[in-house]
Amino acid sequence: MEFGKLFELVIAASLINNFVFTRFLGLCIFFGVSRKMETAVGMSITFTAVMVVSAALSWVVYNFVMIENSMFQGSPDLTFLKIIIFIGIVAAFVQSADTIMKKISPTLYYKLGVYLALITTNCIILAVPLINAGEHYSFFESIAFGLGSGLGFALALIIMASIREKLEVADVPAPFKGLPISFIIAGLIALAFTGFSGLITL
Amino acid sequence: MSANTKSNWELLKNGMFGENTIFRMAISLCPSIAVTNGLKNGVALGVAVVFVQTMVNITVSLIRSFIHPKIRIPIFMLIIAGYVTIIDMLMSTYARPIYAQIGLYIQIIVAFASIFARAEVFASKNRLIPSAIDGLGMGIGFLLAMIVISFFRELLGKGELFGYSLISGNPLLIMILPAGGFLAVGLLMGFFNWVDMRFFGGKGASGV
Repeated sequence: MEFGKLFELVIAASLINNFVFTRFLGLCIFFGVSRKMETAVGMSITFTAVMVVSAALSWVVYNFVMIENSMFQGSPDLTFLKIIIFIGIVAAFVQSADTIMKKISPTLYYKLGVYLALITTNCIILAVPLINAGEHYSFFESIAFGLGSGLGFALALIIMASIREKLEVADVPAPFKGLPISFIIAGLIALAFTGFSGLITL
Repeated sequence: MSANTKSNWELLKNGMFGENTIFRMAISLCPSIAVTNGLKNGVALGVAVVFVQTMVNITVSLIRSFIHPKIRIPIFMLIIAGYVTIIDMLMSTYARPIYAQIGLYIQIIVAFASIFARAEVFASKNRLIPSAIDGLGMGIGFLLAMIVISFFRELLGKGELFGYSLISGNPLLIMILPAGGFLAVGLLMGFFNWVDMRFFGGKGASGV
């Protein structure tokens, strides 16, 4: 296992193939929770944690249960069910994390619990296991990819939140108030992010 | 929402314009940018969504009296995932070149808020026919939005439509870049808000 390769994967997933700005996933949450810095930070922390764990969980299930002959000799090939199984894993994990957190650390739950519920409807959380399976990443590569994607999403969310807080007082034409102007700003940030392409060639 | 009182035509129109998924409700935004760099991809994903949305609404409406309210979310998820798997397999077999480009986004239809929302808000409380029409209307509304966005992006970004060259000269490359997607959706959304405010006296999209 090379740490250099894993580090490259983290950088590539967070900056070059940033989920929000070059793969366009998780936009609903991106525009939904980027109005205030505080919520953006809370969401970013929860999101990155869930991402890493669900990438690891689905890697284990994919490689030890779903692939042909992986569980025992002659076990069936279940990879065609990957959409259903991955969404099930993520939903079950998020639901149980919600319950456990409520029991163990109520303070943390009141800070981050809301975001946890929102995460199930996020497409990135499903895209990461799907991409991991498609690219045949190893266990540590999957985790690195999940971490990178989570950090990239966090970065995007925090940049956007800091701009939108300023935008509240700006004089925007009425039809463009709210979402339309946020889209245009996201477009400008995306343009800046194209500068990262070619930083690393995997 | 209580049982539906609108006529079928009103239902269809509501899905297509009044509650248009992308421009009015502003949900399921990811594909509106990801696959709209060409009309072909946009239409393919739109058709997939029409299929999934209609079938999910029909199924949920048919079995609505058997679903216990407490476990409805996992059940809806399973139904949606089932239909998405079907369309995913169909497209990977019969539309190989398109699937190679938008396959990931087809699979992501599972996490679409709009499909889940219609199953929850409408289909689980209404009879078969209105539910099917509601699903169809919502799906067509999404398809129309995809067509409008990808029409402008492909025309301005490549000077082509459906891959046929229409305009010679240098196209605006930015429109097919990732950034152009955000710009196009932002400008179109602003434009539709303006039309709504100017001619229909609306307040514009609800906004997140």
